[in-house]
Amino acid sequence: MRFIKRTTYMHDIQLFRYRSTLVWYLLLGVVVLAAPLSMGAYGMSLLTLVGIYAIVALGLNLLTGFTGQISLGHAALFAVGAYTSAILTGTHGVSFWLALPAAGILAAIVGIFIGLPALRLKGLYLAIATMGLGFIVEEIIVHWSSMTGGVNGLAVSRPVLGAFEFSSDDSFYYLVVSILFIMTVIMKNLLRTPTGRAFVAIRDSDVAASSMGINLAAYKTIAFCISAFYAGIAGSLFAHFMYFIGPENFTFLISISFLVMIVVGGVGSVHGAVFGAIFITLLPEFISFTRGYLPEVIGKQVGLQEATYGLVLILFLRFEPMGLYGRWLKIKFYFEHFPFYKKDTFKRERKFYRTEH
Amino acid sequence: MFWQMIVSGLAMGCIYALIALGFVLIYKATEIVNFAQGDIMMVGAFVAYTTLILFHVPYILAILMTLVFMALFGMVIERVLLRPLIGEPVFAMIMVTLAVGILLRSVAGMIWGYETYRFSAGMVDQPVRFAGVSLSSIHLWIMGVTVILIGALYFFFNRTKMGISIEATSQNQLAAFLMGIGVKRVFSNIWAIGAIVAAIAGILLSPIQFLNYNMGYIGLKAFPAAVLGGFGSVPGAIVGGIIIGVSESLAGVYLPGGFKETTAWIILIIVLLIRPEGIFGIQQQKRV
Repeated sequence: MRFIKRTTYMHDIQLFRYRSTLVWYLLLGVVVLAAPLSMGAYGMSLLTLVGIYAIVALGLNLLTGFTGQISLGHAALFAVGAYTSAILTGTHGVSFWLALPAAGILAAIVGIFIGLPALRLKGLYLAIATMGLGFIVEEIIVHWSSMTGGVNGLAVSRPVLGAFEFSSDDSFYYLVVSILFIMTVIMKNLLRTPTGRAFVAIRDSDVAASSMGINLAAYKTIAFCISAFYAGIAGSLFAHFMYFIGPENFTFLISISFLVMIVVGGVGSVHGAVFGAIFITLLPEFISFTRGYLPEVIGKQVGLQEATYGLVLILFLRFEPMGLYGRWLKIKFYFEHFPFYKKDTFKRERKFYRTEH
Repeated sequence: MFWQMIVSGLAMGCIYALIALGFVLIYKATEIVNFAQGDIMMVGAFVAYTTLILFHVPYILAILMTLVFMALFGMVIERVLLRPLIGEPVFAMIMVTLAVGILLRSVAGMIWGYETYRFSAGMVDQPVRFAGVSLSSIHLWIMGVTVILIGALYFFFNRTKMGISIEATSQNQLAAFLMGIGVKRVFSNIWAIGAIVAAIAGILLSPIQFLNYNMGYIGLKAFPAAVLGGFGSVPGAIVGGIIIGVSESLAGVYLPGGFKETTAWIILIIVLLIRPEGIFGIQQQKRV
């Protein structure tokens, strides 16, 4: 067992609680940087996707896990980022290094546009409004073909830095990993600022939060805006990574798969975002791998992946609502406090009165 | 042309109204926002198709079997998937209903295949001339059934014991429980009613649209309908659904492509900007 003595308030919000944690993260950093040495091209492209999805999941987790709002249209914000970057670099010849932040900022502006009306109200208006945004953006992509290429999609080139082009999978992987690293550090730091604390307060009880002087609508909109920014950045990276984007990359099901990511990874944890991204990237691989071993009736089905999404969501929400990260915490707790782990240690508080609306 | 579009919009609006109605009833009584309502509708339509076309069950019996099956289906979903989660955050509930929707859609694809079926559900499509306008008899059928169903539900919620206890539960769960109302049974029943209403919507929808594993997406448009009418208001859901149906139908004729599919959502955003409480909504204040 390990005890920490807290002597200042800084101990509560420091990034690494134990010095050993820092060592483990440095080790993880080395593994991540050395990954291209041992992985083939296919493995690297999967890892790059994990990085891109992790950025979306980080943003979505800020909104859902830390602020308690639900977005069913993150694919739309992802699309805004992807198309902004693709159109700026392709049609207008803008450098990727300007298009990347532009993609994030435009997604954030769309976020404000949707968030402001929906978040003035209590309840699930954001979920419904973002769902609408998703369908509207899908139609805009299809019908505004002079700009977006319509159903034919858009070809996108890889970014260039000076004379160096990020054309190999390894180099693009390093680009994504470094952006993911920056975004994670920003998120970690944001969460320990007063703004981040306000988000958590809103999630836990919006009545209590507003009594503490938090402007609910403003903070919820800020959270949605930051979340949209993350989705936009990830969208831009996605476009440049895939070389090609079309409307089928940004459907309602993609929005759902983003939510699957944070539920499976762990709602309200930064680690969970990465776990979820790994899960969502490997799941299709795993399914196509198991198809051969399943009985013919099930293995041949087209909808197997969607069915798995649904099933996984239900099972996680029912049996492990804290996701993979929660499971990891429990295992860690078990060994740290060896004989003292009880089943109820992590029991969640349930509220049986009428919810706040 | 204009009046024909109005009538076909009204018919479509009735479908939206029914889906929105089912989901508002569930929302009012159990506080669960059911994103699977459209997919439950799809299952209802497929069950009717299976009994009527594949098993050649007589018409009335087939519809009855469908409705009974769907009532049980709704109860099972509530009992197995949602009741264990009572007291969990709202987020978890919503995610579960979304997951149920996806699951139903893909399982329906596995059972009934991915092709689009033509299914008239026993309704004959013949032109009816009324005041100089040529109307489809199916559209009139849809409106008629909707009016009867709403009347029946009105009677049920105001005159029967079960209906009144559901009404009481949706006003205050704790008080209803203390008055001796079996809140768990109320939850079961309201899901059964929600599923029945959805199934009827599905049976009415298949002749004018299509029968396909993906038709549940139409059910998502019940959300703009409910918000437009005032979230949680039963008359609001009906009026909202009809307004959405009519404007969608008109947008399909008078506006360029792509607007028909997004009309409902554009209306939703306009409502949120101008009158977020909807037509019949009242803004509730929370007591701490």
